[in-house]
Amino acid sequence: MNARSSRGAGSRYGASPLHLLLVLASFALTGYAGIRLLQGDVLGIVLWFAGSALLHDLLLLPLYTAADRTLQTLARRRHARRGPHAGGEVHAADEPGQDGHGRGRVNYVRVPAFISLVLLLVWYPLVLGRVHHYTAYTGLDAGVFWGRWLLVTAALFVLSALCLAVRTLRPRRRRADAGTA
Amino acid sequence: MGSSERSRSPRPAPGRRDRARHGPGQGEGEGTPPGAPPGTRPAAGRVPPGPSRPGFWRSPLRGPWLTSVLGAVLLAGVTALIVTGLLSYAAYNPGLGTPNDKTPDKGWLGFYLFAWPTDPPWLYRLTQGVHVTLGVALVPVLLAKLWSVIPKLFAWPPLRSLSHALERVSLLLLVGGALFEFATGLLNAQLHYIFPGSFYPLHFYGAWIFIGAFVVHVAFRIPLAWRTLRGGRLRAELRTPLARTEPEPPDETGLVTPRPAPPTISRRGSLGLVGAGSLALLAVTAGQSIGGPLRETALLAPHNRDPGPGPNGFQINKTAAAVGIRARDISDRWRLTVRSGDREAVLSRAELLELPQHTAALPIACVEGWSTEDQQWSGPRLTTLAALVGLRERPPGVFAESVQRRGSFRSAALRENQVRDPRSLLALRVNGADLSADHGFPARIIVPANPGVHNTKWVTRLTFGAES
Repeated sequence: MNARSSRGAGSRYGASPLHLLLVLASFALTGYAGIRLLQGDVLGIVLWFAGSALLHDLLLLPLYTAADRTLQTLARRRHARRGPHAGGEVHAADEPGQDGHGRGRVNYVRVPAFISLVLLLVWYPLVLGRVHHYTAYTGLDAGVFWGRWLLVTAALFVLSALCLAVRTLRPRRRRADAGTA
Repeated sequence: MGSSERSRSPRPAPGRRDRARHGPGQGEGEGTPPGAPPGTRPAAGRVPPGPSRPGFWRSPLRGPWLTSVLGAVLLAGVTALIVTGLLSYAAYNPGLGTPNDKTPDKGWLGFYLFAWPTDPPWLYRLTQGVHVTLGVALVPVLLAKLWSVIPKLFAWPPLRSLSHALERVSLLLLVGGALFEFATGLLNAQLHYIFPGSFYPLHFYGAWIFIGAFVVHVAFRIPLAWRTLRGGRLRAELRTPLARTEPEPPDETGLVTPRPAPPTISRRGSLGLVGAGSLALLAVTAGQSIGGPLRETALLAPHNRDPGPGPNGFQINKTAAAVGIRARDISDRWRLTVRSGDREAVLSRAELLELPQHTAALPIACVEGWSTEDQQWSGPRLTTLAALVGLRERPPGVFAESVQRRGSFRSAALRENQVRDPRSLLALRVNGADLSADHGFPARIIVPANPGVHNTKWVTRLTFGAES
């Protein structure tokens, strides 16, 4: 970004004049649209606009990162308790740091959980029954979404369990080159 | 998403291992800002502990390559969202003034508006179905992109120069704008009107703020993304399993951690994860826009079932009861008034049925993204009704008003190209039966490629040559 900064005003600004022009042009458009956006509930709209970024960056992302770390810790503890050589399957692939197989097992929970949660994130008003006039407006039963989401979630975890079972039961020699995930 | 932040698994001291792998001068420790040239080592105490330390973020997947791939997908996808969104705005014909125009103070932001065509009749079905379904499917990509650049949010020092300060403001508009647009769009598609105001001005003006920041961001980042993506790295990454997944070499972007944790997922795996999320969303959504037997596959989308059997058993935007239509509003005493200037004709439904009847196969397509297959509508043409009040040649536009007394779309103006299309009807029957109350009995407008809410239901007055 700063590669082309030159001496004088340019170096004080920290980037090329083209950078400045483009940013200012975009801010002018923001001002033009922003004045129009903020007709009405100014505080509410500002809160939604800036709040959505803060909510994501400072709440949602730390939350799912923490959840993912917890999941990994649990997976590691279980791995350590059973020992990498448990079950008579002595294999280099199960050594953490040597091969991804041991570490990659966490993905059998991570993938279905991610898909299920992203479905919930997008369709939560219907899934959690927040849209009280849905039936009055559309003539359709609002009660189906919660059960469907649970069934989809169940199906995702069952599918993942089947994949894990297939991988675990697969002949050992083929695992040497098994590219986990 | 593939991270193992601050993992405590046993590993060599961070500095030594990184130097061994990437050469001297990089990854000295947590206090070194990303991109610091070799030899410069700011006092570690100056960077506050926590997420501002480069070593705080430990996913080995983060780096310019992953961010560039996600950015390239978003560049294509968001551009399609912008184009289809601006088309949807034009489809409402806001140039005809109130009530079509939900943003009367738009000024130059409507510079590109044009008369919305009636051909092909499925045009709005396509553009708006793509807009909403694609927006839904891009949610995981957007989340992944934001995850991939999160260290930049906490970069230290927070403001390096004036240009850096301006860019950070622009990035707030970019991220805030993207999340605002996705949130308002997704909520509106689910009839969950909790956002602070009317959907149309919020989503339209918010889009222009986002577009401004998006263009700046693309212009600034496309050279780096292009350099990162060319050279066939994608093919190599798609062949790299977890066991051989390595952190990217340190660079000036500040995305690569100097203290990588052991990977728990490969880069191809993380892209597969995002793609699986998008495909799952596509699978539980697209059916409401495709219709037919696929409608029922849209497990979580709002218009995923037919409301009932029979000729009127297709999707309803708002039922008669929901907008306060009373039995006496649409009883035998209902009359249609057709006007042009001081000429006026008043017709009962029986008289309308005696006019020449025409049939048109047309869909209903809603701004919320759902649509129906073609329905067989029949009734007099709008041109026939114009002729009743003396407009036999080249009739002008018409303003249609409903008996509905509340709600925002109880009247709409149609442009002359819409009135003159031979498939534009005042429909009295659909699929061989009388209209149901929920579909606009006694009479409704149906115009090819028109947004659903402009196909006014329970019509009681048509004023030719008027826009409001």
